[in-house]
Amino acid sequence: MDLEDQSLIQRIAEEHGSDTIVVLGQPDADSAEITAETVHNGDPTWVGPLAGVPLGLPVYHILEDEIKGQIDADMYENEVGLMALTMDKEQIVEGLDRARNGP
Amino acid sequence: MELKGKKVIALGERDGIPGTSIADCMKTAGADVVLTLTQCYV
Repeated sequence: MDLEDQSLIQRIAEEHGSDTIVVLGQPDADSAEITAETVHNGDPTWVGPLAGVPLGLPVYHILEDEIKGQIDADMYENEVGLMALTMDKEQIVEGLDRARNGP
Repeated sequence: MELKGKKVIALGERDGIPGTSIADCMKTAGADVVLTLTQCYV
């Protein structure tokens, strides 16, 4: 993840505290996993501001049923629907679970 | 996990769902979007 983005996320997370969550839109399992890992456990590449900084932010993907079910259906269809057809939800959620259940 | 009242960081990707699309969706669920980013890997 971009180093500037890591700094921004760290600042926002510290400002807003425990009510802060992250919702991802990554297109595949690998990018979802590494992004989730970064905001939950710290930068796995050890180069950015979040290296060794486990923010512990709850992280979800917009394709997950738990998230999708709370979004206005028309808005979801317009903003996500078409792209979702090209994405492997099951693989993406597995990638997220590896990050969420990690150390 | 209820989105209503949560502070959401919408972290999208250009080749997936952009941050702005995630943010628009989150607002309909009653969440407060505090940061919107769209990553781009080239």
